[in-house]
Amino acid sequence: MAGKLLIVENIHKSYGDLEVLKGISLELGKGERKVIIGPSGTGKSTLLRCINQLTPSDKGKVWLDGVEVTDPKVQINRIRQQVGMVFQHFNLFIHLTALENVSIGLTKVKGLPKKEARQKAMDALQQVGLADKVNSYPAELSGGQQQRVGIARSVALNPKLILFDEPTSALDPELIGEVLNAMIKLAKAGMTMLLVTHEMGFARSICNEIIFMENGKIVEKGPSQQFFSNPKHKRTQQFLHKITELYGEGR
Amino acid sequence: MENCCSYYYNMDILIKEYKSLLTGALIVLEVATGHLTLGFVIGLLLAAMQVYGNRFISFTAITIQKVLRGIPALVLLMLVYFGLTSLIDMSPVVVAIIALGLRSSAYQSQVFRGGIQAIESGQREAALSIGMSRLMTIRLIIFPQALRLVIGPWTNIFTMEVKDVSLAYSIGVLELLRRGRFIIRYTHGNAMLIYCTVAVFYFIIVRIGNTLLYRLEDKLLIPGFERRGGKK
Amino acid sequence: MSDFLKLAVDILPTLLNGLLMTLQLWVLTLVFGGISAVFIALARVYGNKPIYYLATGYVELIRGTPLLVQIFIIYYGLGDIGIYLKPFLAAVLAFSINTAAYQAEYIRGAIQSIRSGQIEAAQSIGMSKLKVIRYIIMPQALRIVIPPWSNEAIVMLKFTSLAFMVTVPELMAHGRMIATRNFRYLEVFSIVAIIYLVVVLIFTKLLDILEIKSKIPGLEARR
Repeated sequence: MAGKLLIVENIHKSYGDLEVLKGISLELGKGERKVIIGPSGTGKSTLLRCINQLTPSDKGKVWLDGVEVTDPKVQINRIRQQVGMVFQHFNLFIHLTALENVSIGLTKVKGLPKKEARQKAMDALQQVGLADKVNSYPAELSGGQQQRVGIARSVALNPKLILFDEPTSALDPELIGEVLNAMIKLAKAGMTMLLVTHEMGFARSICNEIIFMENGKIVEKGPSQQFFSNPKHKRTQQFLHKITELYGEGR
Repeated sequence: MENCCSYYYNMDILIKEYKSLLTGALIVLEVATGHLTLGFVIGLLLAAMQVYGNRFISFTAITIQKVLRGIPALVLLMLVYFGLTSLIDMSPVVVAIIALGLRSSAYQSQVFRGGIQAIESGQREAALSIGMSRLMTIRLIIFPQALRLVIGPWTNIFTMEVKDVSLAYSIGVLELLRRGRFIIRYTHGNAMLIYCTVAVFYFIIVRIGNTLLYRLEDKLLIPGFERRGGKK
Repeated sequence: MSDFLKLAVDILPTLLNGLLMTLQLWVLTLVFGGISAVFIALARVYGNKPIYYLATGYVELIRGTPLLVQIFIIYYGLGDIGIYLKPFLAAVLAFSINTAAYQAEYIRGAIQSIRSGQIEAAQSIGMSKLKVIRYIIMPQALRIVIPPWSNEAIVMLKFTSLAFMVTVPELMAHGRMIATRNFRYLEVFSIVAIIYLVVVLIFTKLLDILEIKSKIPGLEARR
């Protein structure tokens, strides 16, 4: 257990009578990449939000690099600076340009001087291939471009880990590629990533481990190669079958 | 401190004068009803002119509205007062009803226009296609629906107009505020108490009116027709 | 007609003096009222129970009673219990208190129309609640609120005429003074009306330009 970057222990979350997370535990070491798959509505997004406590969990604990995130006394904002999040609906700040979207975290949260923040933001946007769109507003960008800005916004803060909540689910098919490419670049650079996605081929190619969740519980998890070729549970088999039918294998 | 204590003595002024204040409240209701009705009729006409009229008629309607909305209520009251009373002899109450009614029509017509235009296109085509005449369409299909749509925003207008009756004070109408002032004058003081009471009276009238309008809106609710427009 | 024009030219300078006072009343009201409105709106959206009820009570009370009565309470009422305010001050105070209540409602509506995703994203990069309000919510809300705010500003401009009732020498008051001297009530007030009309049209146009200039693509009121 010691030395793991992210430790999630027995997380429970209910909305009223409905228990969405029924005791989830997982770990992520530095540089590791894992993907969570499963039917919609099984709490995958909720789990991600419990990790940075955007949604407070009811029971259970989360540790980031040795610090207990779920401790009520901890400064949650400090923790969130170290955990990046990329949203399904991008959630770019609509009143700011792409450049400002990326730099606002640096200036207002980290307190960096304007010039330095600008430079870092420019670099981040360059890495995702949007150097020419720095002064555009989100409404002027395509979905794929917006999501790449979203990635840049997280990356610019130099986080220890990035959570991806179905980053390509809201995109038109032809725009998915550019976002996946940006994510591959990140993976190659060694970023620790926890993904929720339906993009099976992609997940398989960059992730070390696959986790299958259903009804608020982890049904099965295992290294990528084995997982697809040798799933142990029946449910897992059924799900994978359905998924590869719909979304195809490779990309 | 001394003033505050002497207030308890003066509370009985309220009890003595309540009759006058109550009459004032009734006058408020009288003027409000009068001018809201006048505004309703003219407002409907102006709205119809804007939606169904040709370029010229529509332009006239729009200009009339702009003028009526661009002048402060107080100024309009003065204009109508001095304008009309030099020709005919009429009571300030009637003047107030006419002046405030004219102004109200400008605001009401905006609300009606919004309602009509929201219903217009699809419904009109359907009605015409089953053979209804244009007039029939408007009467049986458009207006009934528009009216329901319009109750929400109209409640805002109602609130605004009841409060504006206090302006009629300036041309001598013996509504709540003016009576309050008389009481203050001949009891030599109690301004705070009386004016707050006047405020409370108006508040109550506005509240009751709003509640009744919400009930009306509820009664007329048709499934699929959500409540539109802001409350208050 | 020429009589009318002659009168107009004669009294214009005096009336314009009054107009100056009107504009002063107006600007001060918008400034004080506007700033207060932001805080009241924040109290309504983010305040804890006591603060929320206080702010809500204030808004309901002000919006449910006539402005003229409010002015009288502040000028004559306060005077009655020993607090004597100069007419101009009383008028600005009353107007500010009044417009703040209305503007607070518009701002509150604007704040509540902002998509929750914006707030989530801001929190996810580590912004504290205060920072989220300051850098993400308010900049958006203030832009969304420009159309209804402009409306309210114009309404307030016309309501400054009520200051005449507490002896503030603004446009309306000057008109009345002149008319009581030359008895040409209808004509004088017509000229006053025209001046108001012109001023209202000019400022309506200016505020429209403001709205256009401050537009950011994608940021419109979500009704």
